[in-house]
Amino acid sequence: MRKSKRFTLLATVAALGVLAAACGSSTKSSSTNAGATTTAAAASSNVTAGLAFDTGGRGDGTFNDSAGRGLDQAVSQLGVKKIELDAVKDEDRKSNLLLLVQQKANPIIGVGFLFGDPMLPIAKANPNTTFAIIDSVVDAPNVRSLVFAENEGSFLVGAAAALKSKTGHIGFIGGQEVDLIKKFEAGYIAGAKAVNPSIKIESKYLGPAGDNSAWGNVAGAKEIAKGWYDAGADVIYTAAGGSGAGTIQAAVEAGKWAIGVDSDQYLLAKPDEQKHILTSMLKHVDVAVFQTFKAVADGDTKGGIITFDLKTDGVGYATSGGYLDDVKAKLEAYKADIISGKIVVPTKP
Amino acid sequence: MKNRQKWQGIAITLGGSLLALVFAFALCGVFLELIGHNPFSVYKQMLNYDISRDSFLDATRRAVPLMLSATAVAIGFKMGLFNIGVEGQTRLAVLLTAAIGAQVNLPAVLHVIFCMVLAMVVGATWAGVAGLLKVKRGVNEVISTIMLNYIAIGLASWMFDTYFVIGADTLNVKTKELPRTAWFPELVKNKLTGFIVIALIVIVLFWVVVWKSKFGFHLRASGANPGAARVAGVNPGRMIMTAMLLSGAIAGLVGMPGLLGTDHAYRRGLAEGYGFDGIAVALLGRNHPIGIVLSALLFGFLDHSSGILQVNSIPRSIVDIIKGVTVLAVVIVNEALKRWHNRRIQQASAAMISAIEVEAALA
Repeated sequence: MRKSKRFTLLATVAALGVLAAACGSSTKSSSTNAGATTTAAAASSNVTAGLAFDTGGRGDGTFNDSAGRGLDQAVSQLGVKKIELDAVKDEDRKSNLLLLVQQKANPIIGVGFLFGDPMLPIAKANPNTTFAIIDSVVDAPNVRSLVFAENEGSFLVGAAAALKSKTGHIGFIGGQEVDLIKKFEAGYIAGAKAVNPSIKIESKYLGPAGDNSAWGNVAGAKEIAKGWYDAGADVIYTAAGGSGAGTIQAAVEAGKWAIGVDSDQYLLAKPDEQKHILTSMLKHVDVAVFQTFKAVADGDTKGGIITFDLKTDGVGYATSGGYLDDVKAKLEAYKADIISGKIVVPTKP
Repeated sequence: MKNRQKWQGIAITLGGSLLALVFAFALCGVFLELIGHNPFSVYKQMLNYDISRDSFLDATRRAVPLMLSATAVAIGFKMGLFNIGVEGQTRLAVLLTAAIGAQVNLPAVLHVIFCMVLAMVVGATWAGVAGLLKVKRGVNEVISTIMLNYIAIGLASWMFDTYFVIGADTLNVKTKELPRTAWFPELVKNKLTGFIVIALIVIVLFWVVVWKSKFGFHLRASGANPGAARVAGVNPGRMIMTAMLLSGAIAGLVGMPGLLGTDHAYRRGLAEGYGFDGIAVALLGRNHPIGIVLSALLFGFLDHSSGILQVNSIPRSIVDIIKGVTVLAVVIVNEALKRWHNRRIQQASAAMISAIEVEAALA
């Protein structure tokens, strides 16, 4: 009897654990599914847009949300039908892609590099469907690999940092030390040096390749930023996902500037933080998603690597707060030079 | 008489599980109704979607690691041990097998066997730590395995970052890819790994060892009544160690369908979460081989259904709620049925005893 009681207790704990997991995701999925209508909007289109979110889904504040905005825009402006699927488990990515194929969605977009491995064989098996993947390259004729010229956007915020720096001393904090984030660093350094060749630039990464804690290391970013601010730096750019909040906190405490990444972080920040967010490097995942749906709706179904850069408005810089008003003309001149090819921004520091 | 009782027992177990399942679906039906969906149409959609070859393959694909993790948990349960540490044992095994397996050159079949044995040794070693702590120091295995999970997960993460990651050209960092000789063949191309055969063999062996061998008898006896087993000459320390080592060895295999079958390298997220789901599957399957296979398939089908629910604008969390309620209901229903059954046996034996007494008095 004692054993069975222990058994019951354990079972209860196990069941509660499963339930808790359900509750944890329920708020998010209900909001996701509230929008998951398969009815077409005013403009009619026979395209069904399929979007497979990575774990996190809508409500993550950055990447998935941005992709979701692109999807919503496609629904309202192009009149495409949509099917969006959340992934919770590792196996879900593959099943979700297969389900979208089965539901005759075309194109099908996987949000994030983790869709790369499951997408390749599925894309090969369904050559008449167009696939797309964000932030990764999948080598198949019917897959659009949507990558971003983060170096170009970073060049402009680097130039902005140099133009606004009074001490001639700025910094860069990266997440994982991988080629993708080095692209941010390379652009930032090039932009700053274009303004002031003798500028002093600090640079540090929060973790090695594969260390996912580097994307959420708020304390680590704050500590590094505080040290640099104390040493005289007055602008710090952080390309490290959620860790950037630490730099903003340090900037508020030191009364200096921070630069955000991916989304316009001014719009997400608290009022006291907004005064210290100089600008943000914008990575328009929504533009990439929308344009993919538009291209396929217009009949352009081929694959290939598509780079979203300054020219296509795939990357850019935020002007919220108006702190860049006095230097905007100079930044626009740099932007024009990059678009025309007069300035070539490096991808490696 | 004995045979009839055995069949009654089986019928009660089966009936109990079915009853629990019906109860879980009914309760979730009420929930669906409350949030404005017709439960019958939701279940019909799930059923329609699930009855197809592709769905069966996907559900089975998801069930394979669960069958293994549930078996690992069940071996412990059979002996009255709660191995909560399957998650950590799996994690260390899959990472080290990926790292070491990629450095070794062996002919095709041998390479696969080498990887599987290595994974089993790593899993068993980690589980053995908890076993040793229990035998030598009397540390409760629930606590030690939970703590060892944290250590294993942290250790694996650190080793991966520091020693085993290759290439920094993408965010999708992995260990070095295993040579083709270590790849486990697929049963259905791109849909189902052949590792299901291994999983089924493990489950059959589990049945043979636990129900048909002398060791299994000792194991179950120690689980059912440790004191009596000890008096009968079963060494409890030895039984604990053996059960933990076996459980850990099978836990080591949990990550292999993913590593050897599909991914061929370790990456973050590979084979995560099976250790905990395995506990629920083992409970639902009443630690019985057939029960485990069926429950793992049920979990596979439920997870598989989450996609079609989202297509039809129904929250996917329904799936998790059904799972949770089913496990809870199984335990409650089984407990109730067991009490009812015990009472009937007691009454029957009481009647028999009084009959004997009456006979004795008359004689």
